[in-house]
Amino acid sequence: MLIRITAPKRQRARHLAQRLGFSVLGLIAIGTVAPILLVVVYIAIQGTPAISLEFLAGFPSNGMRSGGILPAIVGTFYLTVGTAIFSVPLGIGAAIYLSEYAAESRWTRMIRIAIINLAGIPSVVYGLFGLGIFVIFLQFGTSILAGSLTLAIMTLPVIISTAEEALRAVPQAFRVVSISLGATRWQTIRRIVLPQALPGILTGIILGLERAAGETAPILFTVAAFFLPRLPRSPFDATMALPYHLFVIATQVPGMPIQIQYGTALVLLVFVLSMNIIATVIRSRARARRQW
Amino acid sequence: MKIMKSTPAWIEIIIASLIKTCGYSAIVFVGMIFFFLLSEGLPTLAKVPLQTLVSTRWYPIEGYFGITPLLGGSLVVTLGATLVGVPVGLGTAIFIAEVAPRWARELLKPLVEVLGGLPSVVLGFLGILILSPFLRQFLDLPTGLTAFTGSLLLAGIAIPTIVSVAEDALDAVPRSYRDAALALGATEWQTIWLVTLPAARSGVLTAVMLGIGRAIGETMTVMMVTGNAPVLPTSISALFSPIRTMTATIAAEMGEVATGSAHYQVLFFIGIVLFMISLAINVIASAVVFRQRRRSERILS
Repeated sequence: MLIRITAPKRQRARHLAQRLGFSVLGLIAIGTVAPILLVVVYIAIQGTPAISLEFLAGFPSNGMRSGGILPAIVGTFYLTVGTAIFSVPLGIGAAIYLSEYAAESRWTRMIRIAIINLAGIPSVVYGLFGLGIFVIFLQFGTSILAGSLTLAIMTLPVIISTAEEALRAVPQAFRVVSISLGATRWQTIRRIVLPQALPGILTGIILGLERAAGETAPILFTVAAFFLPRLPRSPFDATMALPYHLFVIATQVPGMPIQIQYGTALVLLVFVLSMNIIATVIRSRARARRQW
Repeated sequence: MKIMKSTPAWIEIIIASLIKTCGYSAIVFVGMIFFFLLSEGLPTLAKVPLQTLVSTRWYPIEGYFGITPLLGGSLVVTLGATLVGVPVGLGTAIFIAEVAPRWARELLKPLVEVLGGLPSVVLGFLGILILSPFLRQFLDLPTGLTAFTGSLLLAGIAIPTIVSVAEDALDAVPRSYRDAALALGATEWQTIWLVTLPAARSGVLTAVMLGIGRAIGETMTVMMVTGNAPVLPTSISALFSPIRTMTATIAAEMGEVATGSAHYQVLFFIGIVLFMISLAINVIASAVVFRQRRRSERILS
């Protein structure tokens, strides 16, 4: 069909079809992207009036219908840091193993399948798992520790796969030269490969943590508190968290002022999107600066 | 010039084994998750008769644990999300990979990533406040909290996954394929549909599977906007009435049950079902990927 020489008239028709098709695709792409922009702008407009020092640094009062959301902000911050403590070393270690140490074998394929499966497990199932193992079996109770561990395991596949990709992108010649100069394998990894792959790894970490910070289902039964009038003092305390707080005030509290809801959504969005922007900036700067 | 001292061999060995441990942790975690789901969920089968489990009534307080309506709810919402999300997601991916000029590409990709980063609870929140009242008026329904509302929002959650995986697959098609098609006189439009897309089809299939996986596992959004009515969907009109998914049931009820009770175990049993579904979806998706890799290796060798 492609080989046949076409008459000019048909050719024009074909180009018309192409232009039409491209426009449809373009409209679809705009249709995907425009609502995203609208959502962000709309929440920014609706939420900004609620933002004040009292809102950001105060405690909820009057059944959460007034006052601030400080415990939720602090809680989400703690959870994000806690998640990073567990998932970053483990994730980078696993990525180094897959990219630098392991030969392709049945076992590495098993690891890859496991990572793919971890990435696909529904977040609420992570919540069940965290409840079963950390809260009940290991008796951490509903605590920041239990929540962070649950979120860390959920974040792991994102960090492993992006870090592995970043490590593999470092040219083989770097390693060969380093080893030939007498460096050991670990020295090569630590001084040559890791620094080169760092921007890619960082991007992956931030994108993973972004997901952890915004998730609600895994923390429902492992850490989240409906209302706590104080800040958590130890990793064994429960805490409020922004996404759960937004869920609670959007569905569970009658007579909730709409402005506080939008304000909370805006704070959560800023928290998450700023991580997203940082990751994008790191990636594009590294790409621009890369010499290989 | 600084001379680097070689690390002692035993440190190398310890580091290597630590890293190996990290590597195998993924397998350990999947195993642990499966084990804990089974140990908490399987006792259900001893306590609740199978006939009750497959019945169509979910009313845990009186001991009716029929999970069929929940399964049906999940399937309806996911089907709706697939019907909306797959064409839109693939269309966007094709546009980004094949049609858009460079500047539009650099603009569209991060924006789609932003959608992927939007917390599901924010989507649910907007679903309650904006989308569902709009749909109720627009479609003249008794309530806006329906499976359809959930489907639309879930499509938004599946689209970033579909776009990024499908776009990678399209990008991986060698430049020479397109050049050959164009040289033979095909238009760019024909090249996309007759050459590039078929060449990338296994990657595109993976994208669709992973998107479906995201949709079926999503919890907060569907819990907030689908109306929470555990009714078995029997016809297409069920799309426009309230339903209840498996994920939402776990999230809504786990907080209120006593540890070790039948209700608790049934919720874990639903977790097993979800785990199995995601396992099946990912095995299919990754089998496709592995097959493709092997074929490309064959071509290259």
